Parts: sequence; structure tokens; C-alpha cells
Amino acid sequence: MAVNSSLAPVRRAGAASGRSSLFRQSVRRLLHNKLAMSGFVVVLFMFALCFVGPLFSPYTDNKINMAMMNKAPGLKHWLGTDALGRDILTRVMQAGRISLTVGLASMVLSVFIGALLGAVAGYYRGVADQIIMRVADLLLTIPGLPLLFIFGALLSEWKIPTDYRMYIVMLMLSIVNWPGMARMVRGQMLSLREREFMQAAVVLGLRDRRKLFNHLLPNIIPLLIVMATLNIGGAILSESVLSFFGLGVMPPTPTWGNMIDAANNMIDFQQRPWLWIPPGLSIFATVIAINIFGDGLRDVLDPKQKR
Amino acid sequence: MSTYLTKRLLYMIIILFGASLLIFCLYASTPGDFITGNIKLTAERKAELREIYGLNKPVLERYGLWMKNALHGDFGYSLAQQKPVLQLFNDYIWNSFLLAAVSTFLTWVIAVIIGVVSAYKQYSWFDTLVMVAIFAAMSLPSFFIGLFLIKILAVDLKWLPPGGIITTGSNATGWEYIKEVVRHMALPVIVMTLLGLGSLTRYFRSNMIDVLRQDYIRTARAKGLRERKVLFTHALRNALLPAITLVGFELPALFGGSLIIEKIFNWPGIGQLYMQSFGLRDYPLLMGFTMFIAILTVIGTLLSDLLYRIADPRVRLQ
Amino acid sequence: MNNLMRIDGLSTHFFTEDGEVKAVDDVSFRVREGETVCIVGESGCGKSVTAMSIMGLVESPGGKVTSGSIEFQGEDLLQLDKHTLRSMRGHELAMIFQEPMSSLNPVIKIGEQIMEPLRVHLKLNKKEARAKAIELISQVGISRPEQIADSYPHELSGGMLQRIMIAIAISCGPKLLIADEPTTALDVTIQAQILDMLRQFKADSGMSILLITHDLGVVAEMADYVIVMYSGKIVEEGEVVELFSNPKHPYTRGLLKSKPVINQRQEELYSIPGQVPNPLELAPSCYFHDRCEHCMPVCRSKQPVLQDVGNGQKVSCWLYEEALIHA
Repeated sequence: MAVNSSLAPVRRAGAASGRSSLFRQSVRRLLHNKLAMSGFVVVLFMFALCFVGPLFSPYTDNKINMAMMNKAPGLKHWLGTDALGRDILTRVMQAGRISLTVGLASMVLSVFIGALLGAVAGYYRGVADQIIMRVADLLLTIPGLPLLFIFGALLSEWKIPTDYRMYIVMLMLSIVNWPGMARMVRGQMLSLREREFMQAAVVLGLRDRRKLFNHLLPNIIPLLIVMATLNIGGAILSESVLSFFGLGVMPPTPTWGNMIDAANNMIDFQQRPWLWIPPGLSIFATVIAINIFGDGLRDVLDPKQKR
Repeated sequence: MSTYLTKRLLYMIIILFGASLLIFCLYASTPGDFITGNIKLTAERKAELREIYGLNKPVLERYGLWMKNALHGDFGYSLAQQKPVLQLFNDYIWNSFLLAAVSTFLTWVIAVIIGVVSAYKQYSWFDTLVMVAIFAAMSLPSFFIGLFLIKILAVDLKWLPPGGIITTGSNATGWEYIKEVVRHMALPVIVMTLLGLGSLTRYFRSNMIDVLRQDYIRTARAKGLRERKVLFTHALRNALLPAITLVGFELPALFGGSLIIEKIFNWPGIGQLYMQSFGLRDYPLLMGFTMFIAILTVIGTLLSDLLYRIADPRVRLQ
Repeated sequence: MNNLMRIDGLSTHFFTEDGEVKAVDDVSFRVREGETVCIVGESGCGKSVTAMSIMGLVESPGGKVTSGSIEFQGEDLLQLDKHTLRSMRGHELAMIFQEPMSSLNPVIKIGEQIMEPLRVHLKLNKKEARAKAIELISQVGISRPEQIADSYPHELSGGMLQRIMIAIAISCGPKLLIADEPTTALDVTIQAQILDMLRQFKADSGMSILLITHDLGVVAEMADYVIVMYSGKIVEEGEVVELFSNPKHPYTRGLLKSKPVINQRQEELYSIPGQVPNPLELAPSCYFHDRCEHCMPVCRSKQPVLQDVGNGQKVSCWLYEEALIHA
């Protein structure tokens, strides 16, 4: 008597009302999921803090202020100041802009590449599939972290200006992340191809492009949304690791990862925890909120994929 | 089965060749090497050394040479440490293994127990708490939680040593030595267990939830078995089965060390060796390490597949 | 014959996201010693949930027995503590299910699965339990019992697995065997064998059977007493001969009419028009009214109650209440 809530395949042609009610139903169920909604609220809060917060800070110019060096948290500087007298709270917010942007952008890029290549491989199979999946296998065989480290070292050796490094870091993260995405999308494509409604499309003699875009892609969009959401968290974590080890985004561009670099200094690490704990907690809070929200999304959009 | 195995092995080898070429080219294209970076050497000596190590030859030729030696079981000579790469691996790998084995064991035991209980009590407050904890564990930046715990447990409270494998200058032997290593292991093991716990608990929880819905669980209950027996014999056996595939995937982590954790805790393992060599651009060692992990990954994947075939009576016959 | 089990006012509800579903709604009946009672109805009418309520295995959270009593050998099963009820399951109360293929644990050997209840309830040791298990396997008509005991479920056919399920169910000598659609998933030839076997075990041991089915052929062959359920309620009940020869409720008549009869080929097989109502949208009315050819205004607004109409037959329909009032 268990009430099963599996999603019927999404049809596009002539089913506008059915589609919107499916969408509305999903939103309603998402709103009912308290855990997921609290995750969403925290994510919104972090974005607001990082993108709007600095507007209310009197310290955004990052002026070096020798009189205010290494001050502990207090009334004037809520989270204290660093060795150059800069306000930590302001820097955490500014760093968050970069970290969140890198996470978002690299997610968009790897979802785009992964979904496109995975869909092509799964749909057309044959040579395209062989080439794409062999490259993906290759990249998945090489351990991710050393790969990122090599890329990071290459960046340093090529003397990429620090302003541009964040864009390259986005690209690096996407290169490492797309194969997993492609593999998943391909698997979905392969199983969708075999499903009855797809065979019906073949019987009707629909053209390839139409089959791919009108019938197959809409069915993997829920999966893509979920994967994309969870991917942001992963990208933020990877960026922070790279930047912490000095191989990602480098100062003076602040990111949460390179702010924690302060902990590599013995005195800062032991006696000035306000330098590195706030950015660390920011990463943690953001990623956990994204993961919780993403999981709630998965429950709503893709109940079969629950893991 | 044997044709399947041959095919898999062949594909494995091709992928590894591809990976080795890619890795080699990537490392070779990172400008700057151990010799250039060493200011103690004169220009003539540098040229001489380049000649000796063959660094002035084209990339493909160097790759061919490296590959030829690697196939003979010779992964070259570490430039910084002046020792064969394989010998260095052997010196460091067991420290990594110790850390990884203990934390992997703890992770599995805790994940199975928590996963089973929270699946059984799905939607209870305990389950919700577990879910939040799972997400927390999955969202921890590894280096940050390492630093954070060192700061609190080692620096402030002084309960545990902050890093290393033994206290500097200690000459402890026998029991004393073991006790010292265990104390030093505690923090990195806690962190590694914490980091692994999230996804594994989640995996067991959802596996258990699926299994508990099955008809044979209803049968087991209808037979009047104790709930504990239903859970731990009938359900857990089925939930553990797919987890066997994970054993293979743990292989690289078991022997490959952890770059970040070993670096943060100054643990003399292979990951820390890599991080050290990375700064020095000690290419033979870096290459060797990366290839080593790639080989472990490929073997692990194959192992997972084979284990699953052996373990599941349903697949065994086919 | 004495009553073995007496169910009184049993209601089992499920609490879903969309609202409360009254899967079983105020159901009362009894099963006498050595009797076979059949519950008939379409899928979703509450017949399986009734069985699960008796076994104390209603899915929780979500489902709950909300009221009523299930008196079994003089004790109310619903009042028993978990431990006592558990020790009765598989011992006095046994059950077999619809899907033999998925009802046995795929990673445990057949023999071990038969041995479990023997060890728990009859406290046999491993050796005795195995010997008894092998005896049971041959009792349910499977040859090479030793070899079967050491095989896994996927190595046997559906029919053999259902025999194994029966072996497990009868292993501890139950007083009541609940069989939930035991032959639905099987081939027709196997169905007859399984039913024969159940009848034979019943004759040998004197146990009672509560058989749940949607197949009137099975009912005709097995039942002493028949209960017809619709949307969680009993609409008609009676001795099998009476009910088949003189069905009262329009739903029962429809069911009997829609059953193909050999030698009487019709152009078109009868089928009851319409569908089972949505369990979430039940208003006080006869739940069958919009499919009923005799529907009257009162059927849409008031629920009929189960009335004795003589010959040991009971029916819940306004047609007969009217008749009673006017008589």
C-alpha cells in the first residue's frame, strides 16, 4: 500500500498543462521539505552576504592600516584584522564572491561539457561514443588532485597574471569534473533509448534532432539540475584546496581557500585563529547548505536516483 | 568469463598507456626542473646533469626511455633524494597504509552500524540527525578540519600531538614506541574517518532502506524472526553485497596515501613525499607516484567487478 | 466448529502525504477451526492489508491499525506485546505471499531459510532442523531435497519457490495459514498443484486457511465461506454455495458475471463498468454507487450496513434494506 511517487516521463508536445502541474507539484514538495528549505535559505544568505554585504562595510578599500594590524575580533572589526590591518569580515565576504563565482562558473562549464558529450555519446553511440568515453576513462584514471596540482604548477610557471588565474582555475576544475558527468548522462541516455516512449518516437519516424532535444533531453533535466547543484559544492571544496596550497587563485585576489593559507604561518595558526577559522567555516556552511538543498532537490525531481 | 577478462585486461593496459603518456607530457611541460631550481649548481654542472638525466632530449624520446625502464620495473631515480623511486615508495608506503587501513576499517564499521540503524528508523529524529551529520561530513574541507582539530586538540588542549609519527628526538622502543605512534595517529585517523564517513553511511543507509522494502524481509518477519535477526542477517547481507564493489575503489586510497591529510599532519607517508617532491619538481618521483595511483585505480576497478561477480549468487552463474 | 479467530470492527488506515486512506474500514468476520475462508475483491480493496493487520506487519510508519480487535484462540492479537506476537508468527500464524520469486532471501540458501522458524519456534538444534527441513521439502513434492536445501532461490522456478514458501509456512504446524494470492504469479497448471497441496495439508493437520484472492475459480475450488470486499469494506459474505448460487450484492453479481464459464461462450465477456473510487475521496455513500446499475438516490448519500438476509448470508446494500423495511 506504499504510495510510490515515481515520475512519469516528461512529454513536451501538447502537454504544457501537465508539465506545469508537474513543476508546481515538485515545487510544492520541495517547500514541504524543511531540511532542504533550510539549506536553500543558508545558500541564499551566503550569496547575499558575499555579494551585497560588502556594500555595508566601511573597509572595502582594503587600505593597509598599520595601526590596526592583527587585532583580535572586537566592536570595530567584528572578526578582527590581518597582518596588513585589513578587516577580516570584509575580506571573507569579498573572498566569498570569488569562491562562489568560481564554484558556480566551473559547475556551469562542466555540466555543459559533460551533458553535451555524454548525450552525444549515449545517443549516437558508435565512433563518437568510443572517442568521448575513452577520453573520459583516461581522465578518470589519473588521480584528480595530482592532476589539478600539475595544472596549478603550470599556471604558476607560465606567469599567468593573478587577475586571470581564477578563470583558469574554473577551467581546470571543469576539465577534471566533466568525465564523471558525461558518464552519468550517457548511462541515462542509453537506458532512455530503450524505453517504450522512445521506441514509440522511432516508430513515428521522428528525426534525430527532434528525438534528442524534444524527447530525451527533457527527461534528463531533473538529473542534470541535481548533479549541477551538488557539483557546486564539490567545486568550491576543490578550489579551496588548490588555493590553500598556493596552486589555485592567489593573493591579492582573496578566496576562502587562500585566506586559510594564514594557518601555514605558525604564529598566525596558533595565536590568531580569527585569520583562518572564519573562511573555513564559510566554506563548510556554504557547501553543507548546497548539499542538503541538492539532496532535497534529488528527492523531488529524481526519486528513482535516491542514493 | 575468460574472454571477458582478457578484454578487460587489454583495455586496462591501453588506458594505462594513454594515462602514462598524458602524465608524462604534463609533467614534462611544467617548465623548471630540479636542476634549474637548484642554485648551488654551476651552469656547466647543470648542463652536465641534464645530459646525464637525458633532460635535453625531446619529450617523446624521454617518454620512450622512461616507459622502457618502467616496463622493466625501474621507475627511475629520485633527483632530490638520490634513491630509486621504488625504494622510496617502499620506505613511505607502509606509513600511509597504516593510517589508511585503520581509518578505512573504522569508517566501514561505524558507517554500517549507523546506516543500518538510521535506515531502520527512517524519518525518526535520530535519522534526521544522522542525515545532517552525513551532509556535514561530506561538506568538510579536509585541510580545514585538520587544522581546526590540531588547533583545538593539540595546540589549545594539548591532548594529542599535532603531527609527525613519533615525537621528535624520541628513542622509544617496543611498547613505548607503539604507544607513541598510536597517539600520533589518533588525530589524522579521526579526520580521515570523519571525511570518509559521510558518503559511506549514506550509501549503507539508502541500500538498507531499499532492502527493507523487499518482499523477503516481510517473509522473514512473517516467520517470526527477531527484529535483530531480520536486520542483521536478512537485510544486512543483501545491503552489504553491492558494497563489495567499493572494496576495489578503496584500493588507491589504501596504498596511495592522502596528499592533504599527510601534509597537514606531517605524516611521513607517500602522500607527504609527493607534496614535498612537488615543491622540488622531482619529476621521476612525481611521475612514478601518479602512475602508481593510476595503476591502483585501474586494478581497483577490475577488482570491484570481479568481487561482485564472485559475491552475488545471482550473477555467479551467468 | 469452534471459532479460531474473530475479527471485530478492524480498521487499518494509511497516512500519506495526500491524506488518510482507510484501507480497511470497520471489518468484522470470523474463521472457524478447519475452515477455509476466502476474501475476494479487486486489487486495492483492502484484502491484503487485512491479512497484514492480522500478522501485525502493517507497514509503519505510514500504516496503523486504528481500531477493532483480532481475537485469536481467545486472545486479542492487537493487545499482545511485540514479543509474544512475534513468537506466534510463523508458529501458530503463518503466511505465504503472492510473489514467490521475491519472497525468499536471494543470498541465503533454501535449507537455511526453512530451518530458521524451526530453530526459533520449535527450538530444534541445527542438525534436527536440517533433517526436518529436508523432510519438509520432500513433503511439498520436490525431489532431491538435499540438493535443493543447498541451493539459492534464483536456481529454482516460481512454482518450486512457492512450494518452499508453503514448506516454511507449515513447518511449525500453524493453526491458521494466511495465503495472499498464492497462485496469482504462477502458471495455470502449477496453480492447481499448489491449491491441491494446500487442501491436502489442511485435511491432514486440521488448520484453517484464510485465502486472499481475486480469482473466483480459486474461491469456488477452495472456500467454505466467502467474504467480498470493496474499497475497504465487506459488501457481502456467506457460505460458498449460497453466495455463488444466489449472489445478492450488485458487485458480487458483477464479479460472478465477469467470470468466463466453460461451455457457455458469450460474444463479449461482461465487465463491471467504471473504476474503483479514489480512496482519498470517499464520501458517506455506498462506495459502489457510481458503478452500480441499481443505483438509487440513497446510495449516493448514505452508507448501507451489513445486514443478515437469511441462509447465513450477509449483504451491505440499500436494495435489501429497502426490502426489509417494506416487508
